[in-house]
Order: sequence, then C-alpha cells, then structure tokens
Amino acid sequence: MEYFLQQLINGVTLGSIYGLIAIGYTMVYGIIGMINFAHGEIFMIGSFIALAVFLGLAALGITFLPLVLLIMVIVAMICTAAWGWTIERVAYRPLRGSFRLAPLITAIGMSIFLQNFVQVTQGARVKPLPPQIQGGLILMDSHDGIVVQISWMQIIIIVMTVVLMTAFSLIISKTSLGRQQRACEQDRKMASLLGVNVDRTISLTFVMGASLAAVAGMMYLLYYGVIDFYIGFIAGVKAFTAAVLGGIGSLPGAMLGGLAIGLIETFWSGYFSVEYKDVAAFSILAIVLIFLPSGLLGRPEVEKV
Amino acid sequence: MLKQNRNWSADPVLSVEHLTMRFGGLVAVDDLSFDVGRGDITALIGPNGAGKTTVFNCVTGFYKPTEGRIALRRDGSVTPEALAELTRSGRQYAEGDKGSIFLLERMADFKITEVAGVARTFQNIRLFGGMTVLENLLVAQHNELMRASGYTIGGLLGLPGYRRAAEAAKETAVEWLRRVNLLDRADDPAADLPYGAQRRLEIARALCTNPVLLCLDEPAAGLNPRESAELNTLLKYIRDDHGVSVLLIEHDMGVVMEISDHIIVLDYGKKISDGTAPEVRSDPKVIAAYLGVDDEEVEDVERDLEVKPAPTRAEGDAR
Amino acid sequence: MADITQSASANRPEGAERLSEDRREAMRGEPPFVEAPAEDSRLVRALKEAGITAGLIAVLTFFFFFMKTDIAVGGLSLTVDPWTWFVAIAITFVGRFLLTFFVFAGERPAVGGWKKIAAATAGWPIGKVVGAVLLFVALTLPFLLTIFLPSQDRYLLDLAILILTYVMLGWGLNIVVGLAGLLDLGYVAFYAVGAYSFALLATNFDLGFWVCLPMAGLFAALWGVMLGFPVLRLRGDYLAIVTLAFGEIIRVVLLNWYTFTGGPNGILGIPKPTLFGLEFSRGKGSFSDFFGIEYSSIQRFIFLYYIILALALLTNFVTMRMRKLPVGRAWEALREDEIACRSLGINTTNVKLTAFATGAMFGGFAGSFFATRQGFISPESFTFIESAIILAIVVLGGLGSQLGVVIASVVMIGGIELLRNLTGLQAIFGTGFDPTQYRMLIFGLAMVLIMVWKPRGLVSTRSPSAIYKEKKAIGADLVAQGEGH
Repeated sequence: MEYFLQQLINGVTLGSIYGLIAIGYTMVYGIIGMINFAHGEIFMIGSFIALAVFLGLAALGITFLPLVLLIMVIVAMICTAAWGWTIERVAYRPLRGSFRLAPLITAIGMSIFLQNFVQVTQGARVKPLPPQIQGGLILMDSHDGIVVQISWMQIIIIVMTVVLMTAFSLIISKTSLGRQQRACEQDRKMASLLGVNVDRTISLTFVMGASLAAVAGMMYLLYYGVIDFYIGFIAGVKAFTAAVLGGIGSLPGAMLGGLAIGLIETFWSGYFSVEYKDVAAFSILAIVLIFLPSGLLGRPEVEKV
Repeated sequence: MLKQNRNWSADPVLSVEHLTMRFGGLVAVDDLSFDVGRGDITALIGPNGAGKTTVFNCVTGFYKPTEGRIALRRDGSVTPEALAELTRSGRQYAEGDKGSIFLLERMADFKITEVAGVARTFQNIRLFGGMTVLENLLVAQHNELMRASGYTIGGLLGLPGYRRAAEAAKETAVEWLRRVNLLDRADDPAADLPYGAQRRLEIARALCTNPVLLCLDEPAAGLNPRESAELNTLLKYIRDDHGVSVLLIEHDMGVVMEISDHIIVLDYGKKISDGTAPEVRSDPKVIAAYLGVDDEEVEDVERDLEVKPAPTRAEGDAR
Repeated sequence: MADITQSASANRPEGAERLSEDRREAMRGEPPFVEAPAEDSRLVRALKEAGITAGLIAVLTFFFFFMKTDIAVGGLSLTVDPWTWFVAIAITFVGRFLLTFFVFAGERPAVGGWKKIAAATAGWPIGKVVGAVLLFVALTLPFLLTIFLPSQDRYLLDLAILILTYVMLGWGLNIVVGLAGLLDLGYVAFYAVGAYSFALLATNFDLGFWVCLPMAGLFAALWGVMLGFPVLRLRGDYLAIVTLAFGEIIRVVLLNWYTFTGGPNGILGIPKPTLFGLEFSRGKGSFSDFFGIEYSSIQRFIFLYYIILALALLTNFVTMRMRKLPVGRAWEALREDEIACRSLGINTTNVKLTAFATGAMFGGFAGSFFATRQGFISPESFTFIESAIILAIVVLGGLGSQLGVVIASVVMIGGIELLRNLTGLQAIFGTGFDPTQYRMLIFGLAMVLIMVWKPRGLVSTRSPSAIYKEKKAIGADLVAQGEGH
C-alpha cells in the first residue's frame, strides 16, 4: 500500500511533465492538424536554456532560490517561445495549405537539426545538476520503515502544472485569443474571412505550446538533475503518445493522457520491469486506440458517406 | 412510358421491411417498408432530411440498421419460405438453383457490392480524383481482375489468363465510357472532369461492378437541363438494355416524374406515399408534405384527409 | 406544432441572410488585424527586417552560442563565448539585409522563380531518360569506379551500397505511404525484423545467405500483417503514432531480450554471402581461387553491390508490376478514397494488409542484406531516426515516384556522406573543425529546405497505370494523400 502510494505520487509527477508537453502537441494539432515533431526538441531546448540561466545567475552571484527559479522560468519561457515562433515561421508557415505530409517532414528535419544544433553547441555529454530543492513532506511512516514521501519538487511540479493548465484552459475558453484559436480550428478560411488574423493566431499557438514545454523542460531539469541533447526525442514521443491517448486536439485529453502514460510507466517500472516500461506505455496506447480509435476524450470521427 | 404496373409487388428485387435507423435519440428512418421492382427505375423522394440517404446507406451496408430486414433477390423466383428460412438460419445469404437471396443488413459494405451485386454512387461525388477515368473503371472491376490475376501471383508472373482478363476489363471500361460519352477523356485524371461528367463517370464506375441493383444518390444534382436529359436517357438505357434495376434519390422532379416506374415518398423517416408517378403526383399527402402549398390549402387538405399536420417548406425546396 | 416549425422555417432565410450580410460587411472593410501598408523605402525596409531577424537570432542563440555549459570538477561550469554569438548575429544581419534588398525587393519572393522553372520543365519526358541513364550507371558502376577513380573505389562503392540500401527501403516504404497512402512511422521495425531473422537463422542454424534471405523477407511480411491488423481501423495520425510505437516496441524488445537477441551487444559473426558456395576470401575454395584471379578485397564489395542492386531492382520491378495489377490499383484507390473503394466491393482490410505485408517484405530483404554486409547487428541501427530518414526519402522524392526515391537517396544519403570529406573546410574554420559533427545538422536543415522548396517532392507527377490512347502525367495537386497526410 505504501509502495503503491509512493508510485502513485511519482507517476503523477511524471505525468504532469508529460501532460505539459502534450498540450503543445495537442494545441498545434488542433489548430493546423499537423504533428509538430519538433516539439520534443523545444522541450529539450527549454531545459537547456533553464540550465544556462541557472549557471549564469550563479556566476553573477544570485543564489536566492525563489528568485533564481522565477528568473529561470521567465527567461526559459520567453526564449523557448521565440524558438517555437521561429520554427513555425521557417518550417511550417511556408507549407501551410499544401500537401499534408510536407510539414511532417520539415518537422522531423527540424527535430534532427535542433538535436544536432544543441549537441554541437553544448556538447554531447550528459549535464548533471545537483538537486536544488531537497526535502519534502512525509505522508505516511509505517512501522516497518517504509516511508511515503512527496518531495517539495514534486509538489512544485504538480501545483505548477495545475496552475498552468487552469490558466491555459481559461485562455482558450474565455479570451478572444482563445476564441480565435477555436475558430481557426473549425474553419481557417472562414475565420480569416471574418477578420481573424490566422497567421498570428497560429503563431501564438506555437508560442503558447513552446512556453509550456519550456516549463516542463525546467521541471525535468530540476527533478531529474540530468539533461542531454537526446531527452527531447524520448519525452516528445511519450508526450505525443499521451496526446493521442487522450484524444488529440483536446486539452483535458492531453493532460489525462499525460497522467495515464506517467502512471503506466511508473507502475510498470515499480512492479514489473524498468526495461519494458516503454513497451507497456506503447502497448496500452495501441490497445486503447483499437477500442477507442479517437483516444480517450477525442471526438469520435463520424464516417460521412 | 410506364412499364407494367405494380411490378414491384409482383417481382421485387429488393424488399425493405420495417427498417428503423436511430442515431442516438434521433430516429432517421422509422419502420419503413418498401419494395423495388426488378427492372424498374424506382425513385425515393422526399424533403431534405427525410432520411433518404440513410435508407441508401443501410441498403448499401454503410450503416447497420437498428432494426429491419433488407432482402435482395438476385435472380428468379424466391419463395417467402426460403426467405424466412434464411432469416432464421443466421446466415448472410443463400444461393440456390431457384434464386439467390441476400440479407443486406447482415453483410459488410464491400460484400454487398461484391457478392449481392448492389452498386452505388454518392451525393458528394467520390471519384478517385488522382487516377485517370479509365483507371477509375478498372478499379471497379477489382474483384474479377483479382481472381483472374491469381490473387496477384499469376499477374506478377505475367500469365496469359490475366492478360486476357485485363484486356476484357479494359474493353468493358471503354464500352461504358463510350456510353456515357467520356471516351475522349479516358486518359485524363478524374478530378479534371467537369461536374456533370464526374457524375456520369461515377455511374459508369458503379456499373462496372456488374450490379443487379444500382443505387444513385441525387444523380441529377448540379446538372444543367441538357445534362439532365442525357441522364434520363442513360438511366433508361441501363434499365432496358442491361436489366439493371435502379433505385435513385432525386430532388429534380423533372427527372423523377419522367423516368420513374415507381416512386416512394418519405417524410420524417416514414413512407407517406408509394406508387406510380401519376399516383404519387396526385396524392394529397405528397402535395401537402412535399411539394409545398399555401397555408390555407394545407389546412384544407388536412381537414379533408384528417392527417396529422405536416409542415410546409420553403418554396425553393420543391423546385 | 405546425406553428413552431413554420416560424422556424420562416426565420431560416432571414438568419442566413443576416449571416451573409455580416460576412459581406466583414469583407468590405480592411480585416481588423492587418497593419497599414509600409511606406518605407527599400533600404530602410531591408535594414529594418535585417535588424529584426538579427535580434531574433540573438535571442535564440544567446544560450547556445554565448553561453556554453561544460562539465567541470564538482558540477557544471559556464564558459562565455561572445565571439561566436556576435559572428552569428552579424552573419544573419548581413544575410537577411542582402536577401531583402536584392532578392525579396520585388513583389514576388524568390520562390516564384523556382516555381517557373519547375513549371517549364514539367512537361518534359525526362523521367524515362533519367531512369535509363541511372540504370546504366548503376549496372556499370563498379567498373566505372575502377577505371575513373581507382584510388577511392572501395569507399565510393561502399557508399553506393549504402545508397542502394536506402533506395530499396524507400521503394519498400513507397508502397505503404506513396501508393496505399498509409502513413507508417515505424518502417524500421521490418528492417530490424529482417536483419534479426536473417542473423538468427544464419548463426543458429548455419543456413546460407540465399536460404535465409527469402525466409527473412517472409518473416518481415508476416510481421507486417501482424502489426497491420490492429491498426486497420485507425486513421491518419493515429495510424502514424501506433506504427511509431510498434517500431519502438520492437527495438526495446530487441534491446532487452538478452538470451535471444544478445541485447545491446547484438549479434556477431553473421556469415557473408557466397556466390554458389564460393566465398570472397583468400585461400582454397574461394571466388578468386576458383576463377584463378588474384584476390582483392574489392571483389567482395562488387559482389555485395550487385546483390543489393539486384534486390533493389527486384523491388522496383515488383512494385511497378503490381501498380498495373488490380491489387496495386486498389492501393492507389484506397489512397484516393476509402469509402468509394468499399462501395465498389473492394475489401479494404485485405488491401491495407497486402500493402503492409509487401512493404514489410522488401524492408525485410533490405534488413537481411544489411545484416550480411555488416556482419554484425545491434538494436542501435534500428532507431526511429532510420524510419524518419526513409520516410523523408520517400516524401522528398515525391510520393509514389520510384525515380524520386532514387534521386532523394542519392542527394540525402550520398550528399551527407560526402560531407565527411570536406576536410578542406578545416582551413577556414581551424583544425578543431570536424565536418562529421555537422553532418546530421545539415541533413536536418536540408530536409526542411527541400521540403519548403518543393512540398510535393522532387518528382511530383503520377503516371497512370493503364492507358487508353496516350499517357498523360497527372499533376500532384490532383492526387490525394491518403490517410493521415
């Protein structure tokens, strides 16, 4: 029971990170119907920027942790958003409205480019960062010495995810930007006829997705303490799996899918084998899709004849 | 103009019985029964949203009906006992010496075309746009060619059996292209054809599957009067020279009244009239529900007939 | 009840009218978010745009060029390298300025020129000519190399073998993606199944290359069907992610099933192919001994080259033949419109499965060849990036085009491989410059650029599979893209 609870907490933490990345996939998919394969790399870039900011602040002598974290989050979000904007502008916008496989290929190309760009500029070796936030709340302390603990870091991650999720849901449902996004999702041509600046809306979608990925990247850095240029691919594939599992195009679906993938992975590693945790996650995706071809919360596709 | 009267009850090729189709809470087709006579042109008409296309989709297997039986008699005389026997047996179809019966509601969509011999066209034309006109017609002969090619193996080895079959298929295609007046466009991509030609090509493609029953979903939609007239000629030719029964949905009353041997009128998923063109044309229920009359007249008709009030439609619908 | 429906229907035209009026109203004025047309002169505009771009690059690369994180004793250290950063900004500024000032100055962007060239050459019957020339070169390549480039023949022949492997993989995937229109992101799984079946059969049962090859192909085809079954119902991007997932599952299993696959160590000692039992080695019973010629290691390369050429040509022959058979036509029809296929009595399940199986079989052949060429395989060779490269070759070449796959393979694989040799660049960038490091960087960039330049791929017309009178190429804009594109 204690073990189960501990795994649950770890799973939810991991799921939150996946969920944050998955939102980027699902928003982009919702609005332009493409798989933004480079999104995982955006996440990786976010974590690298966060690391550089952290080291830069340390070099400047700023070590007050809350301030450091705040600056990290802000700078990482802004810079990563700039990356997201640029990628859309360079690799996707010229192909809008053309052949649908083309942006998928540019996305894969961008992904390869970004991975190697970071490898070339920052080196291929793993970057370790000693844990910055230690300690946590002890939830349960049974007599046989098993402790169920939720660390401060996990609390930060979960709270941050909940806050960001709520904020972004509100943006989508309440603001005029969100309304424009939803209009573009439904019918881009009509939206532009009605005066919605489609290019700007799509750019903002990328910016939003990228900044969420930056937060996820920073959390990943602080939580696991190691990053390298390759983390984006694995996390990206998992997050994309999460987005599809939840029903691509649906924001709550992305979060739910993220949690599901995080939990499946953690429990599988906890109870069965660490090696096959990816197999477990992917198999469950395949099984869910066989029975629910549009994911958990996706709109079922009606076959129009 | 009309063939023998009441052919549909004497020798039906298709019998739809108690067909009901629900989508969630919406009842699109409600306990509908009708027969389609062999060698007839049967029109299914009714206002927008009356459930015509749903009936089509049930007949061609794209939807599985909630309730009801759809029986196709491929040839000859089939006794009601044989039909009842087949229904009880749980099998999809029975092929015998006296005739074959197919229970379409039990069959997968492609099986209905392949085995039972029902072909269809779509309201929003569905051609293989990036393939040439000729290729479109060859795709329609897939199953026959597949067998001839020894399920690809013989074809890969270039066996003569397949080559002969391929030639024959091409000839069939060319024959139909000549008939629908598209032979000069045979090597053009289908998406390049003008709208009317695309409609004709879709009909030709459906006919290449060698059907006994051809279902056409609004074949005259978007055609100009000359093209509509050509369509009439084509449909009559299909009926008279190929013995194919035709079931069509149509809004163009000119086409419907001129060529139909039998008309079934639907409204709100229910059959409100069934008969020959003159019968239907003079049926007050049809006039009230479908053709659109003034409010006063509706009231008059209602008083006369004591039927439940039917809504009027915008004049444009009746065309 | 009559009243309600009546009033509703009476309202309808009004509502629609109002809507269209609104629309007209909206279209009459300037759309709200469009900025006022710029009045700047060309120079000012160019400067402005160059400034913006340079600023963007400054932000983007600040944490990558300016700041470098390094592993130091006791953690991480930060080194600052302002020069690279400044140079990058300066290059961007100048580059963008020149582009805007000279190229984009006219109303039309430079792409227009490319489009014109593409349009002008569209009608030429170059496909056949290029194909014939390429075939001739491919058939005589080993001899051409020994005659013209004897110093580098082994390296170039090896490169040619690599390119041909990708050509074959591209042709195999082209069946699934290009013809049947099913987006498969896990094609490498079949490559891996082929390679591992071959390696396991050859090392465990001591079977020769020519026995294992068809078996490996069949195994891969079987896997194609097995993986194809669950994904039949899926559409579009769902199909893509599940195929990707299958590719990863197979790789993870290969990596962790130590007893069977050797885990990360892979399988060693895979036998080399023989020519009717003649080995390509020194000593008795070898190829050189039998024919009484002097042994040279190049003989083995030439032999391998002809094997992969033959396999690739077989793939091409079978695919071209199948396109003209009902099954191939059904693949293309499936890509165009699945519902119409079903309405014509085509069992789309079977059509999809045959596409998966046929594509997988050729992937399996290519995998077998890969295993025998390397003599060693490990899961590392079968990562997602391989799937991505193969898919990129198919799409860059032009979906469904056999010739396009060849051109894309030569450009992408050959071109990138040749970058290794650009040691001359060390003279410019200093001796620390290692061109191989930038190989994949340029590969990724090239993918983006080629796609933006030609979104439909290099060869984008479809040639019909049956002709009545004259053969007309079909423009790419008419050809559908199938599921998930």
